[in-house]
Amino acid sequence: MFIKQISIFVENQPGRLAEITGILGQNGVDIRAVSIADTTDFGILRIVVDNPKKAYEVLKEADFTVTLTDVIAIGFEDRPGGLAEALNVLESQKISVEYMYAFISREGKTAYVILRVSSNEDAIRILQEKNVRVVAPEEIYNM
Amino acid sequence: METMSRKQTEELQLEHLKQVVSHCYNNVPFYHQRLDEAGVTPEKIKTLSDVQYIPFTTKEDIRDNYPYGLFAVPMKKIVRIHASSGTTGKPTVVGYTRKDLDTWSELIARLVTAAGCTEEDVAQICFGYGLFTGALGLHYGLEKIGAAVVPISSGNTKKQLMVMKDFGTTTIISTPSYALYMGEQARELGYKKEDFKLRIGLFGSEGSSVEMRSQIEELWGLLATDNYGLSEVMGPGVSGDCHLREGMHIAEDHFLTELIDPKTGTVLPVGETGELVITTLTKEGIPLLRYRTKDITRFNTEPCGCGRTSMRMDKIKGRTDDMLKIRGVNVFPTQIESVLMNIEKIGPHYELIVRRDGYMDTLEVKVEVIDGSLLERYRELERLQADIRENLKSVLGIICKVTLAEPKSITRYEGKAKRIVDLRNQ
Repeated sequence: MFIKQISIFVENQPGRLAEITGILGQNGVDIRAVSIADTTDFGILRIVVDNPKKAYEVLKEADFTVTLTDVIAIGFEDRPGGLAEALNVLESQKISVEYMYAFISREGKTAYVILRVSSNEDAIRILQEKNVRVVAPEEIYNM
Repeated sequence: METMSRKQTEELQLEHLKQVVSHCYNNVPFYHQRLDEAGVTPEKIKTLSDVQYIPFTTKEDIRDNYPYGLFAVPMKKIVRIHASSGTTGKPTVVGYTRKDLDTWSELIARLVTAAGCTEEDVAQICFGYGLFTGALGLHYGLEKIGAAVVPISSGNTKKQLMVMKDFGTTTIISTPSYALYMGEQARELGYKKEDFKLRIGLFGSEGSSVEMRSQIEELWGLLATDNYGLSEVMGPGVSGDCHLREGMHIAEDHFLTELIDPKTGTVLPVGETGELVITTLTKEGIPLLRYRTKDITRFNTEPCGCGRTSMRMDKIKGRTDDMLKIRGVNVFPTQIESVLMNIEKIGPHYELIVRRDGYMDTLEVKVEVIDGSLLERYRELERLQADIRENLKSVLGIICKVTLAEPKSITRYEGKAKRIVDLRNQ
C-alpha cells in the first residue's frame, strides 16, 4: 500500500531543478507530484512519479544523491474539512506527520495528499478503520 | 647504512657535510659569495651543528639562478635534468650526474623495500612521466629491486583500472588523492576488490592524513605507505614509511635534516614541530645547503620496531604556504581532512574556501553528500551540517561555514589536489 517517493539532494543553484526534471522527462518518467524543502544552501526535492524505479536509476546514474521512501497517499472527494478529519485520526493515535504535500487528479474530482508519517503500518490501519481512503500505489502510478 | 649507530651516522654526516660545503664554495659562484658574506668558509665547519651558521637556500634562490646557475659540475657531467611544475613562475631546474642517479635509485630501492616491495611485485606508476621527479624516481628504484614496472603515467582512469586488473598490479604508485579517486571509479565501473591484487600503495607528492590513508586501504585492501621528497633536493627518496608506518625513515647518509621555526629561522630541538630544512650531503649536480622545504613536520629519534636506526619524520603536517591564518588562528588543511574523514555519509573530497568578509576571515568547508538515507528527514541534513561544524570547531577552535554539495561537484585531481581557494586577496 505504500507509494515509492523519490527524494533528491539539490544544491541551491540556478538550473538544478530544471536539470533534474529534464533528466526524468528524457527518460519518459512522468511526474505526479512535487514538493521541495529548502534553506539558502540546499534542499530536498521530493517527487512522486509513474515509475519510481526508473526515476531512481536514471538520477543515480546522473550522480545525484537519491533515496526511495515509502509514503502513504490518501484520497478525498474535494470538500472542506476532509483533510482535517484524516489528520485528527492520525493525531488521536499519536502518529506524527513529518511532511505532506497535495495534488489533484486530472479530472479535478479527487484531492490526493502524500503523507510521510512516523509509522506507516499503524497509519494505514487506523485510516482505513476510520474510512479514510488510502490510495493504492497503482492508482497513482497509472493516473 | 640503515642500521648504523647514531655516532657512526653523525661521523659520516660530518665528513660529507665538509665535502659538500667545499664543493659548493669551490664550484658555485652563488654559494661562494653567500658563504664569504656569512663568514662560513668550508674550513670553519668542525662539527655537525656548525651547519646552523650557513645561510638558508630558498626556492627563490634556485629560480633567481634559472636555469643552471646553481649547478656545481660542468654540463658534460650532467646526465638528466628535471624541473618542478613551476605553477608560480619559472620552474626550478635540477641536474643529476651519473652518481646522483645511482644514489637516487639506491634510496628508492631502500624506500620501497622498507614498505615491503620485492622482485615479485608488479608496480604501476600512475605519476606523470616527464620533468616531474616522481615517476622516474620511483621507476628506477623499483627496477633496481627487480620489480616489474608498468610505466603507465597519470590520467585515463579507466585504462589504469583495466591494466591494474589485467596485469595483476600488486603495487601502486600515485598521489593519495588519485588512489582515492581511482578506488571510487573502480566501484562505479562495477569492479570488485577481488578483481585486483594490490597489496602495497606507495603514496607521495602530496600530504595526507592517517584517516585518508585508512580510507584508501579500505577501498583497495592494501597497505598504504607514504614517502617524501622534493625535486629540489632529489625527488622522492628523502624519507619513507617502513611497513610499521610510525614515521618516515630519513636517508640520513645523504641528507642532513634540521627543523626550524619558520618565522625566526631558529633551529628547534627534536620533538618540536617546525619547517624542514635539508642539506644534501652527497649530491654532485646541484648540491643545496640548508634548503628551506616549507614543509612542516616533527622528528623522532626513538628506535623503530623495524630495526632501522635512522631518524624518522612525521607525515607532513602542512606547508608553511598552505597554513591558513584564519582570524589569527593557524589552520592546516590536514587537520580539516582528519575531521572530515571520520564523518560518515559524506564523500572523501573536500574544498576549503577562504574569504574576507569586511574585516573578518571566513572559512567555508565544502563536502559532498553521498548517502541517500540522509534525505529521509530534512533535519538529518541539518544535523550532519551541525556535526561537521562542531567537530571542526573542537579541532580548529574556529567556526566554519559547512556547505553540503552534490556528489561529483567538487573537482577531482589526477595529480596533486588543489583543495584551497583563498579569495582574500582578490
